[in-house]
Amino acid sequence: MTSHSDLSCTGLVRRFSGHTAVDHVSLDVPAGTFFSILGPSGCGKTTLLRLLAGFDKPDEGDIHIRGQRMNDVPPNHRPVNMVFQHLALFPTMSVGENIGYGLKRQKVPAAERQKRIVQVLEQVGLPDLAGRNPQQLSGGQRQRVALARCLVLKPTLLLLDEPLGALDLKLREQMKVELKHLQKAFGTTFVYITHDQSEAMVMSDQVAVMRNGRFDQVAPPEVLYRQPETPFVAGFVGDNNRLRGDLVSVEGELADIRLDDGSRVRGRIACEGLEPGSRVDLFVRPESLVLAGEAINPGYTGMDARIRTTLFDGANSRVEAEAAGQTVYARLPQDGSAPRLGENAAVRLAWDPILARVFEAAT
Amino acid sequence: MMKDSASRLSLWLLLTPFLLWILLLVLVPHLQMLRVSFQVRESWDTLVWGFDQYQNFFTESYYWRTFVRTGVMSLFTTFLTLIIAFPIAWYIARLARGRARGLLFLACLIPFWASELVRTYGWMILLRESGLISSWLQLLGLADAPVEMLYNDVAVIIGLVYNGLLFMVVPLVTTLDGMDENLVEAGYDLGGGHLTVMREVVVPWAMPGIVSGCIVVFMLTLGSYLTPILMGGKDSAWFTQQIFTQFITRFNWEQGAALGVLLLFLSSVIVWIGLRLSGQSLRKVMG
Repeated sequence: MTSHSDLSCTGLVRRFSGHTAVDHVSLDVPAGTFFSILGPSGCGKTTLLRLLAGFDKPDEGDIHIRGQRMNDVPPNHRPVNMVFQHLALFPTMSVGENIGYGLKRQKVPAAERQKRIVQVLEQVGLPDLAGRNPQQLSGGQRQRVALARCLVLKPTLLLLDEPLGALDLKLREQMKVELKHLQKAFGTTFVYITHDQSEAMVMSDQVAVMRNGRFDQVAPPEVLYRQPETPFVAGFVGDNNRLRGDLVSVEGELADIRLDDGSRVRGRIACEGLEPGSRVDLFVRPESLVLAGEAINPGYTGMDARIRTTLFDGANSRVEAEAAGQTVYARLPQDGSAPRLGENAAVRLAWDPILARVFEAAT
Repeated sequence: MMKDSASRLSLWLLLTPFLLWILLLVLVPHLQMLRVSFQVRESWDTLVWGFDQYQNFFTESYYWRTFVRTGVMSLFTTFLTLIIAFPIAWYIARLARGRARGLLFLACLIPFWASELVRTYGWMILLRESGLISSWLQLLGLADAPVEMLYNDVAVIIGLVYNGLLFMVVPLVTTLDGMDENLVEAGYDLGGGHLTVMREVVVPWAMPGIVSGCIVVFMLTLGSYLTPILMGGKDSAWFTQQIFTQFITRFNWEQGAALGVLLLFLSSVIVWIGLRLSGQSLRKVMG
C-alpha cells in the first residue's frame, strides 16, 4: 500500500478582524499517524483545528481528507470527530447513550449499536460503565468516554483539542502514554493540539510547531529536539540556554562567537546568511553542558561561570549559573559524580560545539 | 444553651411573615373555600353538607364546557408561547453579546411596566374594527370594509401569549445561558443535523427551563381574567368569568367556591401530568 495522506491542507488562511489567526498553513498527515500541533496559547492552533472540524471556514486554501475536498462540507458530514477541551459529554445522556448518539445518526440498528458500545468501552478500559451518568465518572474516565464516543464511529481523522489540560499531573502523564497506545490500537489518524511540549513529544509521530499562525517546523519529535530550525523552536521545545553574542568567524559549519563579556565560544550554524559581525543567538541544551573539573575533551568549547544555586530534582537535577551576564542551566550528571558546588563557586562550562546551534539573533 | 435558643428565636421571627402569608392568604382562604363549596343552602338560614354545587357543574353543560375550553386553550397558549419564546431566548442567551443582550432583555420587560389592563387596551386599539390594523388593511386595499379582529379566540390567545412571553423567556434564557457551546458543536460533530441537535442535545438540556416556564405561563393563563373578558367575544367565555359571576353577580358563594376548587384541581392535575411526561421534578424545575 502506498502511504497516502489522510489529511492534507494547502495554504489555509483564516483572518479575523485585524489579525490573521491561521496564516498560509499547509500540512500533510499520513494515514494512521499521530500528528501534533504545538504552540503557545494564541498561536492559532485552536482556530486551525476548528477549520479541520468544519466549525469555521478558511478564507483561503483547501482542506482535503482522503483526497476529498472538505471546504464546503458541514461538520456533521465530515469523516472527522473531535474530542473537545472540556470533553462536552452530553450531561442529559448516560455513557452508553453518549457513545450511541453518533451511531444512531449513522443509522446503525439498535442491536449492533449495543454491541459496538460494549466493545468500544472495553477497548478504552471501561467495561460495565454504559449505564452511568458522565457526572458520576472521574476525570480520567470521562476522558476515555469522550474518546470512545468518537472512536466508535471509526472516523478517518480524530481531532483532539488539549483534552488532557484539565487533568492533574499524575493522571496526565498516565493518559499521555495511554492515548499513544490507543492510537496504535485503533490505527486512527490523530491530530492533537497542545501547548505542552512534553505531551507533543511523548505521543507524536510528527510535531508541527506553530507560532503566529504559521508552522515554524514540522518534524518528528527527536529531530525537533536535536535540530531545531528556528530560534523559536529551539527555545520552545525542551529546555535550552540562549547566549547572545557577535559572530566573529565561520569555519565550515562551526561559528566562532564573542559573547558580550568577551569570552569566545563555538557552535554549529543552523541558519543561512550569517555574516561575521552579525548578532547571533547560541542555543545549548542543559544536558550538553559539561561541568569542568572533569576531563574536558580538547574539541570542546567553554566559558567561565559562577554557580548561583543547585536545583535538585531527581534525574533532572540542575545547577543554575551565571555566565557572560546571563543565567545558564546545566544538567548534573545522574550518577551523583558531580563535585560539591558551593554558592559562588567558579566553574567552567564546556560543550561539544556540534551540539550547540547558532541562529541569527531575534530582535 | 443561651445562644441556641437565641438563634432559634431569630429563626422563628424571620419565618413569621412567611408563615403568616402562607397561612392567612393561601391556606385559610382555600380551606374556607373548600368548606363553603360543600355547603348547600336550603333556606336563608339553614345550611347542610352536600355535593349539589359539584353536581350542578356536571349537569349544567355550560359550566363544564367552559371549563374544558379554558383548559385546552390555556394549554395551547402555553405551547404557542414556548414556540415563540424559544428562538427569542436562544438569540438572547447564545447569539447576542454585551449591550444588545441587555437591550433585548429590556425589550421583553418593558411591556410589564404597564399594567395588564393597559396592555390589553393596547391590543384592542390595534385589533378593533376602527383600529390601526383594520385601517391599514383598508389603506393598502386589502380590505374593502373595516375588519373586526377583536372578540374572538384568536384575539384572546394573542393577548394571553403576549402576557406570558416574559415568564417563558426568562427561565429559558437562564438555562440556555448555562449550556456549553461545545455541547452543540459536539452534537453536529458526531453527525447530527439541526433537528437532531435540537431534539437530542438542546431541548433535554433546556428541559428544566422549559417546564418551569410552561408551569408559570399555564397557571397565569388559566387564572387570567382581564384579557379573555376584554378581548374575547360572547362565545369565548373563560372559566374565571364564571367564578366571578357566581361570587359577585349572582352572590352564589357556594357555587363560586365549588368552581374555584375545580379550577385549582385542574391546574394541579395538568401541572402534575406535565412534570410526569417531561420526567422533571418540581424541585429540579424550581431550582
